[in-house]
Amino acid sequence: MTMKWVEVGSIGDIPIRGARCVNTPEGRIAVFRTAEGQVFAIEDHCPHKGGPLSQGIVHGTAVTCPLHNWVISLETGKAQGADEGAVRTVPARIEGERLFIALGAAVEKAA
Amino acid sequence: MAEKLVIIGNGMAPGRMLEHLLETAPDRYQVTIFNAEPRVNYDRIMLSPVLSGEKDYEQIIIHGDGWYVRNGITLYKGHRIDAIDRAAKTVTSSEGVTESYDKLVIATGSNPIIIPVPGHDFAGVLTYRDLDDVNAMLLAAQSRAKAVVIGGGLLGLEAAAGLQAQGMDVTVVHLMPTLMERQLDPAAGYLLQKALEERGIKVLTKANTKAILGNGRVEGVELADGTIIPASLVIMAAGIRPNAALAKEAGLTIGRGIVVDHAMRTSDPDILALGECAEVGGHVYGLVAPLYEMARTAAAHLAGDEAARFVHIDTPTKLKVTGIDVYSLGDFADGDDREEIVLRDAAAGVYKRLILKDDRIIGTVLFGEVADGAWFNDLKKKSANISEMRDTLIFGPAFQGGGALDPGAAVAALPDDAEICGCNGICKGRITGTIKAKGLTTLDEVRAHTKASASCGTCTGLVEQLMELTLGDAFNRTAVQPMCACTTLGHDDVRRLIVAKSLKTMAAVMQELEWKTSCGCAKCRPALNYYLVCDWPDEYADDYQSRFINERAHANIQKDGTFSVVPRMWGGITSANELRAIADVVDKFAIPTVKVTGGQRIDMLGVRKEDLPAVWADLGKAGFVSGHAYAKGLRTVKTCVGTDWCRFGTQDSTGLGVRIEKFMWGSWTPAKVKMAVSGCPRNCAEATCKDVGVICVDSGYEIHFAGAAGLDIKGTEILGQVKTEDEALEHIAALVQMYREQGRYLERIYKWARRVGLEEIRRQIVQDGDRRRVYFDRFVFSQKFAQVDPWSERVSGKDKHEFRPMATVGFAEAAE
Repeated sequence: MTMKWVEVGSIGDIPIRGARCVNTPEGRIAVFRTAEGQVFAIEDHCPHKGGPLSQGIVHGTAVTCPLHNWVISLETGKAQGADEGAVRTVPARIEGERLFIALGAAVEKAA
Repeated sequence: MAEKLVIIGNGMAPGRMLEHLLETAPDRYQVTIFNAEPRVNYDRIMLSPVLSGEKDYEQIIIHGDGWYVRNGITLYKGHRIDAIDRAAKTVTSSEGVTESYDKLVIATGSNPIIIPVPGHDFAGVLTYRDLDDVNAMLLAAQSRAKAVVIGGGLLGLEAAAGLQAQGMDVTVVHLMPTLMERQLDPAAGYLLQKALEERGIKVLTKANTKAILGNGRVEGVELADGTIIPASLVIMAAGIRPNAALAKEAGLTIGRGIVVDHAMRTSDPDILALGECAEVGGHVYGLVAPLYEMARTAAAHLAGDEAARFVHIDTPTKLKVTGIDVYSLGDFADGDDREEIVLRDAAAGVYKRLILKDDRIIGTVLFGEVADGAWFNDLKKKSANISEMRDTLIFGPAFQGGGALDPGAAVAALPDDAEICGCNGICKGRITGTIKAKGLTTLDEVRAHTKASASCGTCTGLVEQLMELTLGDAFNRTAVQPMCACTTLGHDDVRRLIVAKSLKTMAAVMQELEWKTSCGCAKCRPALNYYLVCDWPDEYADDYQSRFINERAHANIQKDGTFSVVPRMWGGITSANELRAIADVVDKFAIPTVKVTGGQRIDMLGVRKEDLPAVWADLGKAGFVSGHAYAKGLRTVKTCVGTDWCRFGTQDSTGLGVRIEKFMWGSWTPAKVKMAVSGCPRNCAEATCKDVGVICVDSGYEIHFAGAAGLDIKGTEILGQVKTEDEALEHIAALVQMYREQGRYLERIYKWARRVGLEEIRRQIVQDGDRRRVYFDRFVFSQKFAQVDPWSERVSGKDKHEFRPMATVGFAEAAE
């Protein structure tokens, strides 16, 4: 499989403890920035009812979905606590200020 | 016929003595108490939390008025005893009451030492002994000016921390080289000084006060080295002296205090003395545990037990300053025949020192981490030989015997006779035994039945661990529901501490209140953000990332991730122009659904997030502002047409509704607030199921509140009736402000009202005009910062990032 790092902006574009969206052919990806400065990217689609996770409140390395308060781990994409389900994670990295996510992997997975 | 027992003084020692006496010999005496203070028996140890704002007076009362009535005790409040006539066996009060006695108990306590420097009698010089002193300090603290505390002992430091919590700039002036030198060694004294200085309290040691400066009113303090510290308040906390004057006049034997034998008898066998005024075995006491021991002894003696004897016990000292943990016990001086074990952790600010003699603990000083104090105390009390565990002794019981490090293990390892509550001398076995025997399940019950943790409260954690050990899963640690998993504190405690400790940022709240997570969670962050916005409207910077998406995007998120938009229509009134603008926006942005809401507004549903700023821009041109339909704040004021059109209307209900809405829009509240104004009792605006409602009548306005028509359905309660619109507005704003300050996040008005009581709300908002205006003024002040239209701000470019994707990646690029 081929995976390609695509530059999607700079770290400063995302508020601390916040998220921004990237529209891609694979669907909308939510890119998160935690209080500690880590960056994570996951599919912007809650495994419960498809809520936009990018709109949730970010705490630690998790986000709470704005629709029904499911808590999703940004590291694993898995629902926390009693809820079950997972969302696809997308590799993300920072180079200096520049922000990259890896696309292509999902296309192959979906195919 | 019952004998007559007269008690002079109504502090904690005689109060405890009476409790014992009522238990063992309830009918033996007819009791009369003369209290120089005009109040009942309260917990003086808790004055510091009252000063710092963490508790109020009602919470520290030990015996309420009802207790005296139930037990047939006559209490003369505000009566000082002027003379004891031992020949006639009578006492006479300052108010002229003379009472005869068979047995007399003197419990006159102690007086603060006033250092006789020039200016010691100026206005603004206070001592720290009773509730009057605390009230005077709280009043002085309102100025937020400078205060000097003379004396760096237990009382002085608690006063300093309390005044600082109240917003004063505080300097502690201490004669000795280190703080609390009688209870702490220099190393712990240094750490204590550092901890206080980190909180912003200035500390001057080796500082000798030369004079208090001013002209009848305090302006500053001058030290012997010439330093001048400006201050408008001076607290003398240089120590206490037993108050033995009355006993001396009556011809009783006096030493440092009123000399008593081991049965608490003075030189007159019909007169007993106890508490801080008494001297027994050459000692006078100031900590509560030995005073309670005196109370036990005196009660036993009065009940006829001749064998009861006072036993001296070393009592640990604890400082009651929230967030600074200090524990000291026994003898900690160096000596050739002594050894010590010391543990320091500089980063954590921990210092532990055990003083040993012949392989036995004789003294303990703990700073920063004091949980093992009870265990060390127990080893000391039993004079246990510690040579076997010497290497790990300082790490506490959890490290002994190689067992697992379970926080409960330390408590489980304690023997049954280990003291848990130092104030009341309650041991572990007594607590666990009572829990089992009486089937106790809550902390309050344990306090009521054993007195453990009922005085200063520092052993509460230990008592809870014991309950957990004894009851297992049946123990519900606290009846208070914690805010969330990030803290053990409930909403009320958090709100109280935010104000008491002047916590003005979310980081400060989480640090000071020991949050268990690094940055909270989706439950606590919006709540904390609201509390901070409410309490510090001019100082707190709203934390955007702690707001729920609706309050970030200023629209309501829908199930498909689109948003709905509701512009404000003041009082439900609109116009052709406004309706035209809405119609145009709906066409232009292809908004799929338009609906009329229950609050007399128009809702446009299915707006894409990216379109929100453009939609608002178009609506703004027609004069629309945000309707806050998404906010925990004022939503809508629904009205009927009133005297404008209606043949039954008694007042201008539409006008009042518009006025209320224009006055109150933008204010954040614990949960949404919906209002209505009806022009007559036919109530077409349905005001009687709203958070706040007004029913207009011929003679004025009936103000309603605490209704509900959602999850619960509940008619409103009547707050009161007023004559003018101005009064109605003042009452409503004050009511909402009281709710804003006390409500728990997401708690609607009707639930808040049920919790605090309708009568209490009426008392503060209707009956107490001064109180109402204070609330009203605070509401008006906070509105200065709240009334900004969020839509026009965002049309002008604020928070642009919120409404745009960061990037769009096309097929070509991805396939590259």
